[in-house]
Amino acid sequence: MTEILAAEPHAVTAAAEGAILANAWLLIAFPLAGAAILLLGGRRTNGWGHWLAIAMSLAGFAWAVLALVQLLGLAPQERSRSAHVYEWFSVGAFTVDVNLLIDPLSITFALLITGVGSLIHIYSVGYMAHDENRRRFFAYLNLFVAAMLVLVLADNYALLFLGWEGVGLASYLLIGFWQHKPSAAVAAKKAFLINRVGDMGLLIAIMLMFATFGTLSFAPVAEAAGDAGRGVITAIGLLLLLGACGKSAQLPLQAWLLDAMEGPTPVSALIHAATMVTAGVYLIVRSGPIFEAAPYAQLVVAAVGAATLLAGAIIGCAKDDIKKALAGSTMSQIGYMTLAAGLGPIGYAAAIAHLVTHGFFKAGLFLGAGSVMHGMNDQVDMRRYGALRKAMPITFATFGLGYLAIIGFPFLSGWWTKEGIIEAAFAFGGVTGQILGWATLIGAGLTAFYMSRVMFMTFFGTARWDDGVHPHESPKSMTVPMIVLALGSVFLGAILVFGYRFAHFLEPVVGAPEHHEFSLAHMLTSWPSLTALALMVAGVAFAWARYGRAEVPRTAPAGNPITVAARNELYGNALNEALFMRPGQRLTAAAVAFDDTAVDGVVRGVAEGVRQSSQGLRQTQTGFARSYALTMVFGAAVVVATMLGVGVA
Amino acid sequence: MTIPWLTLAIALPALGGLGVALLPRDRAETAKRVTLGVTLATLVLLLAMASRFDPSGARLQFTEVYPWIPRFGVHYALGVDGIALVLILLSALLVPLVVLAAWNENDDAEDRGKGYFALILVLEAMMIGVFAATDVFLFYVLFEAMLIPVYFMIGRYGRGAQRRAAAVKFLLYSLFGGLLMLVSVIGVYALSSGAGQGTFLWSELAGPEGLLAGIDPATAKWLFLGFFVAFAIKAPMWPVHTWLPSAAGSSRPGTAVLLVGVLDKVGTYGMLRYCLELFPGAATWFVWPVIVLSLVSIVYGAVVAIGQSDMLRLIAYTSVSHFGFITLGIFAMTSQGQSGAALYMVNHGFSTGALFLIVGFLIARRGSAEIADYGGVQKAAPVLAGTFLVAGLSSLALPGLSPFVSEFLVFVGTFTAYPVPAVIASVGVVLAALYILWMYQRTMTGPLPQDRPAPRDLSGRELWAVGPLIALIVLFGLYPQPLLDVINPAVEQTMQQIDVTDPAPALDQVAGGQEGAGE
Repeated sequence: MTEILAAEPHAVTAAAEGAILANAWLLIAFPLAGAAILLLGGRRTNGWGHWLAIAMSLAGFAWAVLALVQLLGLAPQERSRSAHVYEWFSVGAFTVDVNLLIDPLSITFALLITGVGSLIHIYSVGYMAHDENRRRFFAYLNLFVAAMLVLVLADNYALLFLGWEGVGLASYLLIGFWQHKPSAAVAAKKAFLINRVGDMGLLIAIMLMFATFGTLSFAPVAEAAGDAGRGVITAIGLLLLLGACGKSAQLPLQAWLLDAMEGPTPVSALIHAATMVTAGVYLIVRSGPIFEAAPYAQLVVAAVGAATLLAGAIIGCAKDDIKKALAGSTMSQIGYMTLAAGLGPIGYAAAIAHLVTHGFFKAGLFLGAGSVMHGMNDQVDMRRYGALRKAMPITFATFGLGYLAIIGFPFLSGWWTKEGIIEAAFAFGGVTGQILGWATLIGAGLTAFYMSRVMFMTFFGTARWDDGVHPHESPKSMTVPMIVLALGSVFLGAILVFGYRFAHFLEPVVGAPEHHEFSLAHMLTSWPSLTALALMVAGVAFAWARYGRAEVPRTAPAGNPITVAARNELYGNALNEALFMRPGQRLTAAAVAFDDTAVDGVVRGVAEGVRQSSQGLRQTQTGFARSYALTMVFGAAVVVATMLGVGVA
Repeated sequence: MTIPWLTLAIALPALGGLGVALLPRDRAETAKRVTLGVTLATLVLLLAMASRFDPSGARLQFTEVYPWIPRFGVHYALGVDGIALVLILLSALLVPLVVLAAWNENDDAEDRGKGYFALILVLEAMMIGVFAATDVFLFYVLFEAMLIPVYFMIGRYGRGAQRRAAAVKFLLYSLFGGLLMLVSVIGVYALSSGAGQGTFLWSELAGPEGLLAGIDPATAKWLFLGFFVAFAIKAPMWPVHTWLPSAAGSSRPGTAVLLVGVLDKVGTYGMLRYCLELFPGAATWFVWPVIVLSLVSIVYGAVVAIGQSDMLRLIAYTSVSHFGFITLGIFAMTSQGQSGAALYMVNHGFSTGALFLIVGFLIARRGSAEIADYGGVQKAAPVLAGTFLVAGLSSLALPGLSPFVSEFLVFVGTFTAYPVPAVIASVGVVLAALYILWMYQRTMTGPLPQDRPAPRDLSGRELWAVGPLIALIVLFGLYPQPLLDVINPAVEQTMQQIDVTDPAPALDQVAGGQEGAGE
């Protein structure tokens, strides 16, 4: 009897598990169906399309929550369930399955994507209310959510690649959403192209994996990673990093992200801040065993992260366009995550924790920026803002909380997770640890400066508005998501980090490094932590002196060479143009000329000869087809003659 | 008695073509309806045949063999394996769509397009025949005979002042290749005579037991070259590709669909069926030269495509690049490479077919294929722009759309045998994004030109022409296995015939063949 009683809960769990975890495909099917209905349904769905899209996104979120509950009901080492959906394609020994992996890492992403995604869907109802193509916008948002879920739920690299390029497509469609604007169309193409360079790296990595391991599934690749040759595994690591750099706008493939701000602001919040751009970090953490077998590649990951976190921060310091300042910040924050992911197991949990809190506060900041733009006739130049805190109190409060979170104000979300990265960098040890650690500290100071600059220029000081602008608070559909995100910006960090909850949760996937002293007491007293705090205060104070207390000019002053360089995004575009675009244009022109004159010239010479000889024929026989008929007769004669010849022989 | 499926499928459009040609001049409307009806009937017939195809059955199915010229061992011999089957189905699918798309295109011609539709039907019969032929001589005759309808479709019903020159160029190129092939065809006969029995039957010639098994390697290389050059011109491969941009640029888009979507596949199909299986030793010997030409085609075709100002020519050059992938996959001599190449032939037909059709719709609206004449189409005609984008994305092999699967298989299959060429070929992935998205940007986005009427969106007829292709591109992107289930056995048998196997994963080689790879 006791045995039966003991067995029963287990049976119930198994049955429920069959419903939720085994049917994980539904998670993707909801938003995919939404996108399909809205795109194929056309104008008929204009009236209710956006509500359907929201419902589909929320349904995905609900499914993800249920899956999380299921997962938590399992023993930690069993929290990895792969559900076979169908065989995608198979040739010889090469089979690619549509298998969905639900484990702590993927469910974290699924929750972030559908959760923040749903909030941004709701926000967009108000934000896009006056756009005649709002239905199409929601269709693309749903498509994005579906593709991103494929990316994080895939249990093999080929399926991941489907999601990877799928989010690239959604990003392309949404950056270019207002495609009647040439700048938007160009930015969309640029984003796709630069991402394709990264994708090429990922593609080659996939080929190399199959040639080496004979499989593309995460688990067997992870298991065998250590057995592969050092050169091969390093190459795989570096190629994966190239893919990650494209998607996550890390150096040297960063140049698309600032242009991507051409897209509607909810897109910038969801895709180009909270979720898609963090996919590179996901890829590196997911491929942890590969990088651990390739220390050199791992070091490059950390170095790329450090360089990008500084470059992004410097760019963020000089941009007057509020969205571009925030985009520089996104580059920089993802640089933090990449750096942490490059530290190996001691950094993985910190990277993902920061990724999650960043998803909240950066999405909140972007939605706040959108709210400001909404009230300011789509003005993005912060030099035309100022003193908005009274006109837009809710936006001010929610943006302010996001601001405090990102600069690492103690006890807010960003503080907990950024401290985790700073501590992990120093804990890495050696000269490398010191260099990386100091990069994170300097970055913290810069972050405080550029974010305070945004804050002060927008909400403080004097009103520098254009004529006819009457700032007003946004409707509830916009402010409620902002409030929810602000709550996350305040509390989520503590919830995740306190008591190592999140690190323990991720442990089955990313491993269990020895915990360094990340206790609250330690975080309040360790020297890196105190230094970070001091640099933050300095950054805020410096920004206050320049943009709070002092008058902000309505047109940007010339600025010193560093400012000019930062405004020009550290000449990344100029570099791309000089290295690739202009030589590429020359190559294309030369190739076209070569094809027309050299390759085709030979043939044209022959054709000309025939034309001239047929000219003679034309005098006796009218019509252009005659020469062909003659040729055919001649050909037939040759056939018959040779056949006879062979037959006789 | 067994139903002669293939003969019926050839006779139906052939007789239909004859009937349409014999219709009085003022019955152009009837001609259109008859043409559409015949092509749809042919499609239904072939689908019924395909449903009876047994993937695990004999290599060649629905075979028919009758002596034709007994004195020279020439047979009227038909039969299909999985690769021929999917290519025949592709042809039968594309033809009715082209008919629909070209419905009003030739209304200005003196015969209001009656002749054009008759030519399409005749061409369809020949296309089915050329893939179904299992007699080398019959194949050769159809290979050459196909030139006739295409020549008139370009030269007579084409576009622009250059069309006659383009048609002549197409013809000369093809005849040159055909002559070389003829020499090889005769050589094959002579060798089979020497081996005991003069025949053209593919099934008696190919394979380790075949009549060509023991031929002198040097001779085999020459005979291989005769076939290969003809197929390379047809495919087309760099540097014998320049006829294609001229021909496509001077074609009606519907003609271009059949030319690039189907006819060019005869080249790559011929490489698999004839070059590899009749002369396996020579084919293996020529692997590196072909790989190098493939890589040049991939990169060169894409770079020149980027620089085109005419959409038809641009798409033609992208095909040079895509055919580079197909030949790369074939000559990688792995199952993934060859299955990927065979699937690529089908998918390329969908994606390039759709692109050409949509450009045709644009031409119908504005009379020009010049990119510079367009802009902002998306705003006025969102459905047209949407289909163009999906077709374009499929051309750049976006995952989720059918061409991705085939390109991915070619990449993986090539890399396992020839890593460096696969890496070089991957540059094509970036270049493809550039040529497609730049064309889309210049034609579909931005403001509408003020000085011209806005183009109207797709009509119902146009949507019926391109819609099925878009649907198949998505369907086979997510679920390509039904096609691969048919193709894979044929590729396995090809690999057995030429005696090659897939390389084992590197780790297994180190561990001395530890089991469980690829599971």
